[in-house]
Amino acid sequence: MTCRELIEFLIDYDSGELDGDVRAEFERHLGTCPPCLAYLDTYRRTVQLGREALADGDGAALPEMPEELVRAILAARAQR
Amino acid sequence: MPDRAADRDDEAKLLERLRAGDDAAYEELVRRYGARMLAVAQRMLRNREDAREIVQEAYLSAFRAIHRFAGGSRISTWLHRIVVNAALMRLRSRRRKPEESIEDLLPAFLPDGHQATPATPWTETAFEQMERAELRQTVREAIARLPEGYRIVLVLRDIEGFDTEETGRMLEITPSAVKTRLHRARQALRTLLDLHFREAVA
Repeated sequence: MTCRELIEFLIDYDSGELDGDVRAEFERHLGTCPPCLAYLDTYRRTVQLGREALADGDGAALPEMPEELVRAILAARAQR
Repeated sequence: MPDRAADRDDEAKLLERLRAGDDAAYEELVRRYGARMLAVAQRMLRNREDAREIVQEAYLSAFRAIHRFAGGSRISTWLHRIVVNAALMRLRSRRRKPEESIEDLLPAFLPDGHQATPATPWTETAFEQMERAELRQTVREAIARLPEGYRIVLVLRDIEGFDTEETGRMLEITPSAVKTRLHRARQALRTLLDLHFREAVA
């Protein structure tokens, strides 16, 4: 398995969708290829950072719900 | 700890009042869930003005649909779906401007299959030195740079938490296409973040 092949199907490995033999091949490659192991680690870190950057809560306050927006919504309802 | 049974009871009562056309209930719906919906709209669209318009559209859709909402899911879940769909419609209707190609952000390989620029681990120091707010901003800016079709899959799957099948339905693409785009979006994001976090070569 080349690095190219591993990285192309990394999402399946990471999500646990690969079974038996194929999974073992991935693990073999990762065990002997530092750049691919680093790629996997940084890929996982990327997903985590993406979630944290856009998530609500945990230090990120919800945006302010502007009063004008509340009124505009209720007014639009009243008009129909 | 919130009492789940009391929450459900609370929601059931609110729903009853909404169906009865109680104006105060409608106001409560807007005030209680508005900020959350705004947060979702801001994640999906990239500008604040659009996000506000979308929240307004979403609420009006919700008001119209209240009689069809059976109460089988939480109100917040139902509203979440409505605002996501409203945002998707807006994104679809926008004229596409020329974008950075995803190819430019994907890893390159040598003829023998090795990584052209071998990946190296990200240093902890890079993270420690950044303020939390700066880190979030850096990542957000990188996400904003992703080509739209890929960015939206990343947002729907990794952030909004929809599964592959649902995401495919919402975007009208196959589950296989969802997976491919997600993987490419993540790879592209990794490439952009690598610029900030890669171990400096001594």
